[in-house]
Amino acid sequence: MSGGESVPGLEEALAAGLTEAEYGEIRKRLGRTPNVNELAMLSAMWSEHCSYKSSKRILAGFPTEGPQVLQGPGENAGAVAIGRGLAAVFKVESHNHPTFIEPYQGAATGVGGILRDVFTMGARPVALMNALRFGPLDIPKNRALLSGAVAGIANYGNSMGIPTVGGEVAFETCHSLNPLVNAFALGVAPVDRIFLARADHPGDTVFCVGAKTGRDGIHGASMASAEFDEAAEAKLPTVQVGDPFLEKLLMEACLELMRGDALAGVQDMGAAGLTCSSAEMASRGGAGILMDLDRVPQRETGMAAWELLLSESQERMLLVVRVGREREVERVFERWDLDAAAVGRITGDGLLRVRHGGGEVGAVPCRLLTDEAPVYERPRAAPESFPEPEVRAGELGEPADWNRAVLRLVGSPGLASRRHIYEQYDHMVRSDTIARPGGDAGVVRIKGTPLGLAMTLDGNGRYSLRDPRRGGALAVSEACRNLAAVGATPVGATNCLNFGNPEKPEVMWQLAESVRGMTEALGAFGVPITGGNVSLYNETDGEGIFPTPVVGVVGVLDDVSTLVRQHFVEEGDLVFLLGPDADDALGASEYLKVFHGRTDGRPPAPGLDAELRLHAALRSLAAAGISRSAKDLSEGGLAQAAVESLFAPDGSCIGASLALGDSVPATTALFGEASARALVSVRPARADALAAVAERHRVPARRVGRVGGESLRIRVNGDEAVGLSLDRVADSFLHGLARAARA
Amino acid sequence: MARRRFAIPVFPGTNCEEDVLHALRAVAGQEAELVWHQERSLAGFDAAVIPGGFAHGDYLRAGALARFSPVMEPLAAMAESGRLVVGICNGFQILQEAGLLPGAMQRNRSLAYVCRDVWVRTEETGSPFTAALTPGETIRLPVGHAEGNFHLPDRDLERLEAAGQVIFRYSEPDGSLTEAANPNGSRHHIAGVRNRRGNVAALMPHPDRAWEPALGGTGGLRLFESLVRWSES
Repeated sequence: MSGGESVPGLEEALAAGLTEAEYGEIRKRLGRTPNVNELAMLSAMWSEHCSYKSSKRILAGFPTEGPQVLQGPGENAGAVAIGRGLAAVFKVESHNHPTFIEPYQGAATGVGGILRDVFTMGARPVALMNALRFGPLDIPKNRALLSGAVAGIANYGNSMGIPTVGGEVAFETCHSLNPLVNAFALGVAPVDRIFLARADHPGDTVFCVGAKTGRDGIHGASMASAEFDEAAEAKLPTVQVGDPFLEKLLMEACLELMRGDALAGVQDMGAAGLTCSSAEMASRGGAGILMDLDRVPQRETGMAAWELLLSESQERMLLVVRVGREREVERVFERWDLDAAAVGRITGDGLLRVRHGGGEVGAVPCRLLTDEAPVYERPRAAPESFPEPEVRAGELGEPADWNRAVLRLVGSPGLASRRHIYEQYDHMVRSDTIARPGGDAGVVRIKGTPLGLAMTLDGNGRYSLRDPRRGGALAVSEACRNLAAVGATPVGATNCLNFGNPEKPEVMWQLAESVRGMTEALGAFGVPITGGNVSLYNETDGEGIFPTPVVGVVGVLDDVSTLVRQHFVEEGDLVFLLGPDADDALGASEYLKVFHGRTDGRPPAPGLDAELRLHAALRSLAAAGISRSAKDLSEGGLAQAAVESLFAPDGSCIGASLALGDSVPATTALFGEASARALVSVRPARADALAAVAERHRVPARRVGRVGGESLRIRVNGDEAVGLSLDRVADSFLHGLARAARA
Repeated sequence: MARRRFAIPVFPGTNCEEDVLHALRAVAGQEAELVWHQERSLAGFDAAVIPGGFAHGDYLRAGALARFSPVMEPLAAMAESGRLVVGICNGFQILQEAGLLPGAMQRNRSLAYVCRDVWVRTEETGSPFTAALTPGETIRLPVGHAEGNFHLPDRDLERLEAAGQVIFRYSEPDGSLTEAANPNGSRHHIAGVRNRRGNVAALMPHPDRAWEPALGGTGGLRLFESLVRWSES
């Protein structure tokens, strides 16, 4: 070991984010005091962001198995077989902390990172989605964060030529200082051409390819593992800058290389850069790596070893190349005008050894950086307010004017059409998008096959705040209901768990209960988790976010011609409401928030059995060509579902006349969010066929009206409650978000 | 009539080449090949379609770097010889930067990327994209761009109009020209133009994204039909 490095002590370890106990453990395990480079590597890899030390035990409860699962959690992305020898490769990941500091680059590099995770596996990315959370739009800063993040996401995905086909956005006060950006990517690969991030053959050559390494993003992993305070914006240098053009070249070069067999393993460089990618690859294969930092292509001069080790410069990959095949790799990257530098080799000693300036400047066992990082069982405690009392329609009183109530609700930022956002995303490139954003699920077909892939992202922080177990189950339920509505069968799920400070027992309880609820629903529907990401410490000045699990579910349409869209099709078609009756509960609903400014109460009870039967019925209706439109009921209830069904993506619209029964109060009949329900339209001649399918699946089906006319009319309990021209509905629903976002 | 052979120049950052390739081969029934931007010859090709994307990243002006790619030389020669050379979206911007088509693209009026369906009205039928259309015919096509705001100074614009070089304008479905129908603020609602001779043409909307009902529209079919008819004439 070269003697030039000063030896840091406890003070430096604490400053790097380690605890005193962790520092002691490191000294014990190494049998000595780590030098500055070793401490940098260890503190980054033992950060919450890289080690999952608070969440690991809880995540172990997720179902992860199924006959279709080709790759479960633990790799760059999950993979499931979808038929015809093909695999869907997908994952969702957060980029919350960087987005608050610099929304455009923070969100953009979130897209870049998740795309690398997917093409690293050998899959060509075919679709993107994103889940966003911001503070209320009446605050100018929040409008700037929203527009910056959307522009960043748009520019990255658009430049890459990958359509953004879906997602979700919500607005809550708790996100003013803690916005959330979760990015999802889906790719397709032949099942026998999936590449793993693994290095197990000593002698193989390690390449650093793509962008040059600079001083950007250093300590990003530690930044994402701590709360923010008023100095947060001073953390700007920890945010990386994205270059989608370079990533496009990197993607094409990698996919070209992956058609051959020169690669033994590959991993993208994300959090903790070279350190994380090399330690994880070697650790998975039980090997070691000797790396010469002097050979890493650099765009700045005089970078210290620890800076090179921790840099999170974007658009870089670490490749393990079979010995003797190096020239092939260099040729491919030369053609794409990209750097490809041999920076090290795989060894058999299990150590990550680092050379710099001609001498060895650090050596740490790879497993100490990865599997042997600490795991915590942190204390959990339910808040005293749990369980929340129900909020019932009767105690709230009724709106004076139902027409104005509907317009106000469907025009509110939480429920208005997301057109203002998704029109900034290229959602049609690749000419495979057969269900555009704005529907229950985005769907892309796979040319040359009859297959389609449906996907959706769902989560409701208000639900999870008031009852995290229900919130988790409802997120999974809604996602699977969305897929069923288009006719798809779910084959795998990914998740992004956005929570506050895990050192608070209440937050740990929220996390554990959320996972429990998700697990119960995933188990009921038979959907495995294949990967995901945990984002903790979403707190600023001690104020945390609503617990926000975001679930991404991917479904398969065996025959894309059976796809069902959500908009009404033709005058005279009959409208049916499928699922159990609503009750009189309005806890944690959009209605309660918009009209009463309240987020309290219990969210709806998940009815997993009713859900399962509804999903089966919706798929049967689609496969048999009975349903002409299908729209799930969720936030905003029946009124919202009806409004969304009026507008087709081609700009056309058609009215409907509905009549709702008298079993529940008008407020919940229109706006209640009871689960396991959907609105379906059929040709009059197929009404009996629908009834038969519903009966076979034991799903209640009630005829509630007819498609047609130039207005939306809804009778409730015999009264003509709603009578709105399509123009008025369109003005509120289609333009509400744009107005709020541009105000 | 024998099938024509189309070249599809691909620059680093181009991302619609597969869409155009599929549309030409499977939809229009023509021969088509991708051609890397460093090619110095287009021998054996009858025509070229420059696809959409972000050539060389488009960090400068869209298309500004692409004009220096080696393939632009044989492409210009192809245009000079009277053969069909057309551009879609980024292809339009590249042809402008190369001086093969008039005008320049400014950022959209909204300052944001816009991806949605628009309607265009056919202005004249002497171009490769409009040969099979009728004047005044309106077609629904998707757009996807951040810099599609067509600009020319007044006098040049008058000359362009007088020469009948405007092939498409953004319009309402009934053909009327309204501000709401113009997705990017283009002067005179211009969505597509041709050169004086008529063999070089381009438009911002994407016919390569609209050739079957499942994609949300079939407006692009008529444009590919036009390409085939024009190349046969």
